[in-house]
Amino acid sequence: MGDRAELVDRRIRADRAPSGDTLTLDAPEDGGARYWLVGLNPAAKLLAALLLGVGLVPAVDAVTGGVVLAGVLLLLPFSGIDRRTLLVLGGPFLLMGLSSGLVNYLYGEHGAEGALGAAVRLLAIALPGLVAAVSSDPTEMADGLVQRLRVPERPAMGVLAALRLVPLLADQWRTITLARRARGLEAGGNPARVVTLFFGRLFALLVRSIRTGTLLAAAMDARAFGTGPRSRARESRWRRADTLLLVGAALLLTAAYALSARLGTLVLLFSGGG
Amino acid sequence: MASGNVPGADTRPGARVELSGWGWRHSGREAYALRGVDLVIEPGERVLLLGASGAGKSTLLHSLAGLTGADGAISGDREGSLLVDGAPADRSRGSVGMVSQDPETQLVMARAGDDVAFGPENLGVDPGLVWPRVRGALEAVGFPYGPRHSTGALSGGEKQRLVIAGALAMRPRLLLLDEPTANLDPAGAALVRGVLKRLLSETEATLVLVEHRVAEVVDLVDRVVVVEPGGGVIADGTPGAVFAEHGRSLAAQGVWMPGNEPGPALPPAPGGGPRLEAVDVAARTPAQLGVRSAPRRVVFEGVDATVRAGAATALTGPNGAGKSTLLTLLAGLSKPYRGRVLPRGPLAEADQRPLARWPARRLARHVGTVFQHAEDQFVTATVRDELRFAPLRAGMGETETDAWVDELMERLRLTALADVHPYTLSGGEKRRLSVATALSSGPSHAPDVLVLDEPTFGQDTRTWTELVELLGALRAEGRALVMATHDDLLLRHLADARVRVADGRAVYEEWKPGAEAEGPGEGGPRYATAGGGDHG
Repeated sequence: MGDRAELVDRRIRADRAPSGDTLTLDAPEDGGARYWLVGLNPAAKLLAALLLGVGLVPAVDAVTGGVVLAGVLLLLPFSGIDRRTLLVLGGPFLLMGLSSGLVNYLYGEHGAEGALGAAVRLLAIALPGLVAAVSSDPTEMADGLVQRLRVPERPAMGVLAALRLVPLLADQWRTITLARRARGLEAGGNPARVVTLFFGRLFALLVRSIRTGTLLAAAMDARAFGTGPRSRARESRWRRADTLLLVGAALLLTAAYALSARLGTLVLLFSGGG
Repeated sequence: MASGNVPGADTRPGARVELSGWGWRHSGREAYALRGVDLVIEPGERVLLLGASGAGKSTLLHSLAGLTGADGAISGDREGSLLVDGAPADRSRGSVGMVSQDPETQLVMARAGDDVAFGPENLGVDPGLVWPRVRGALEAVGFPYGPRHSTGALSGGEKQRLVIAGALAMRPRLLLLDEPTANLDPAGAALVRGVLKRLLSETEATLVLVEHRVAEVVDLVDRVVVVEPGGGVIADGTPGAVFAEHGRSLAAQGVWMPGNEPGPALPPAPGGGPRLEAVDVAARTPAQLGVRSAPRRVVFEGVDATVRAGAATALTGPNGAGKSTLLTLLAGLSKPYRGRVLPRGPLAEADQRPLARWPARRLARHVGTVFQHAEDQFVTATVRDELRFAPLRAGMGETETDAWVDELMERLRLTALADVHPYTLSGGEKRRLSVATALSSGPSHAPDVLVLDEPTFGQDTRTWTELVELLGALRAEGRALVMATHDDLLLRHLADARVRVADGRAVYEEWKPGAEAEGPGEGGPRYATAGGGDHG
């Protein structure tokens, strides 16, 4: 009996090792505060991100956005997100923020200050959502959306199941690419041919993915999906920390506006100030 | 609490199935897949459903699973009646469990336990009772990991076991198995067959099984039903009786019958000099998209291999060990992580560079590749255009091309399908066309090397025999064949050399003496040396 318990224990610990899998996320047991955000309800994280994002829309100055951005950046060490992921996903956002700033600087009416505001605002609106998504297990996210935010269940489960097909699709794309070379099709530096070949491959992928999707839908139906009301094997729990996160987000937003108003830097959208 | 889950629920009595005058036509088709089916299956019976390929066996299973109703996943026209326990099948979903060929498209959730729980959730099972059921089902199939294990990190055989657990957790009274081992490597297939054998001795559920390889499942069933394309039941009885009476005609229709395996007569392998040589080759897994993805890993390294003219080299080994990867390297389609694949003999006269650096057009003329999924390599809209594609690009004249294409279509029985879209062909037809496209550069310059990935996968005995005879003829012409395969019969009949790809290395296992002796004197076979011990 003891052996068995030990075996089960070992299995569970093995399960906790990084899966190398995009679709599951486990906080290590001894992760501690580093993984604090992972343990929260994804619905709470999404709501907090939404609050910050929508709340920042009216303010176009650098200080309001900057305070929120700083607050979210302070949270990063507790999000369990590793440096590589942050770089891979944050890079494009940073680039977007910088280019938005640059465009505003070159063509905007408010000079360097307006440009900085635009860049900071974009990052401050985008980052919370990114952190919420990356620090959540997709299954828990779907559970949270359905059980806490009342998102319709069928589409949510459908999207979750479809996510499983993404790596499969990537494999099929590689195979189709190799198959074109095997048939002697290659662009050879001709840009027009690059485009036609690309759409040829895309069509082949579409045909394959429709077939794959149909099979998956049939398999879900065969398991009685959509026959009646579902029960829920996993409960999406709402804890005090989740409420605290929402309160914290609201406080951060209020503090940002208050500080900016106090410093006299607050610029509201369409107010034409500055 | 865990053991308090409805005692005896695993031994719910089986369902009774009754079909009368039943028929099904897929939407957009003129012909019925099946018609006039009269069949009664009593509770607890184990039925093997047989028929030629395209006889509508899968359609019948899907209908039993309730997938072909008014709001089912598969649309079409129905006639007659199909009742499971007296109710139309599309209203009995939930008391029916189904397992299909490909585990990839049957797993729904990202974690093993959640996936098994998916069926019970859909049935509205009380949340407190779901997890005991999940644990029971995982235990029943001998699933080696815990419920939080990622489904993406499983092997094919493990995935299929999980799919079976998912069906079992629904406590089905009718269990439908559609070639459950077809997509697995031999080890995975044996594992799944073992699980099925054990389960069937415990459950009382009614079973309907479709399986091409009859010998492997015959001891699981007590009744055999044979259906005919577009028709109904043509034979029904105990395995012994049906096989004695219809064995020959079934074999002639393409069904794999025990003791009636095809025995193609092949010309001997002439052997010849090397055409391709892999030197100290290593390969890595492709870069993964997305967050938390696994880092790239070396699949194999230090592989040396020689592909010879007039001989068939087979790559064997478990799924995921890198057979297909080695195949694409030998075909010059992708660049190895380390090492080179070099042309030899006439290929080296065409281009001295490593194969991966050849322009696609030149590569296609000298090395033909046949992919496992034939659709991947079709690039035009009709069978005829598909075959005209290569010779026209190779600079063959219009009339010459047409004559050659006509000959090729005749040889591979594709003439009647000349103007059909390649995607709409049947499995066997697609396979023949994909081989034909790889050969279509013309009789004078058909490729020197033909590379094939699982060429006989899922084929009935007729297509199998045609294919093996065609490959034998090509080998006799002095072409080099390289194929990745699990098919024992193919290995026995055609393979002159076997390279086993496993555990990060590739090792020559066997070389038929005949294949090297008659070669034009470039020495004996070169043995692939094992990779260094520091793989992994």
